[in-house]
Amino acid sequence: MSSSTCEFALRMGDNALILGQRLGEWLGHGPQLEEDIASANIALDLVGQARLWLSLAGRLEGRGRDEDALAYARAQHEFRNCTLVELPNGDYAFTIVRRMLFDAYQRVLLGRLAGGAQAEIAAIAAKSKKEADYHWRHSADWTLRFGDGTDESHRRAQGALDRLWGYTRELFVPDPVDPEADSLRGPWLALVEPLLKEATLAIPAETKFISTGKRGLHSEHLGYVLAEMQFLQRAYPGAKW
Amino acid sequence: MVDAWRILAGITDPEIPVISITELGIVREVTQAANALEVAITPTYSGCPAMHVIEQEIVERLTQAGYAEVRVRTVLAPAWSTDWIAPAARDKLTAYGIAPPGRVNLYPRSVTCPRCGAARTERVSEFGSTACKAHYRCLECLEPFDYFKPL
Repeated sequence: MSSSTCEFALRMGDNALILGQRLGEWLGHGPQLEEDIASANIALDLVGQARLWLSLAGRLEGRGRDEDALAYARAQHEFRNCTLVELPNGDYAFTIVRRMLFDAYQRVLLGRLAGGAQAEIAAIAAKSKKEADYHWRHSADWTLRFGDGTDESHRRAQGALDRLWGYTRELFVPDPVDPEADSLRGPWLALVEPLLKEATLAIPAETKFISTGKRGLHSEHLGYVLAEMQFLQRAYPGAKW
Repeated sequence: MVDAWRILAGITDPEIPVISITELGIVREVTQAANALEVAITPTYSGCPAMHVIEQEIVERLTQAGYAEVRVRTVLAPAWSTDWIAPAARDKLTAYGIAPPGRVNLYPRSVTCPRCGAARTERVSEFGSTACKAHYRCLECLEPFDYFKPL
């Protein structure tokens, strides 16, 4: 397998890891107990998926780095997650709408990878796809409740969508690591559009902005995520639980 | 090998102590290599913290039973499904107060209360006390209960 496969596995692992870390921030702060638990459960699934992808990336790289070395000892510009997942949580509508957009992407992407030719990637994807389907159920349900809820919940959900929509373009920009990324946008829209319509949320106008996290050029926010996530291993390298 | 399977059947999931890891369907294969016994297991959920405990327990119990070298290998494909849970184990789940999973289906129909058997129940949350469970409430006896999520 080539270095672009390793790079691809890093993207998958970093997306799951950083969003998992963001969702973990809700632990103890959820709007209600059930949602607190939901965020923590989804974060747990995502961190589990990240371990599988990062372990694979480490093996493909062949320099002896394991999942922990990749998660805790890389600098910001070495992370390959899309910018969408590193944005601060905002309010609960922002957290939910962001996850809905990402869950839909995961369902489409993982579904495709699960039928792919590379056995290790297909196995991780098939496993993760089942979890992504379940996560989508939760985020789609809440998007509907917020969008088609009270004036206040609608206003917040629409505001979140307006701020997030531009960050989804990056997911579908093809490059040598992921040459068919643009072909996922149609199936992704087929999931997202009907939901937004039912939720009475308007799809924002397209802009020229394209974020660049998956190429290692991140927003200012990722550094703060890493500072918290990596603190212990940076301060006490090799410390064990 | 019969012995190894019998020993594995005595190991329970730490989060659901009434059913064994063989009934749960996560032990996929037991093979005797030249110098080691190899047990292949598949994770329930990617991030399930019980998997690590289960691995340790497998090595410990089989070593105690006289197997000199025991290795645990994780296999991901085919991905674990709640459809693999043994029928007898479903009854044990119910008796323990956990509604067993329905057939794998993105939108399951009704869930029966494991305490009073009523069909009139409602979902409180898609997520519950562990990665594998959702939180339900019975509308007849009013008790809350766990539902093993179909996966």
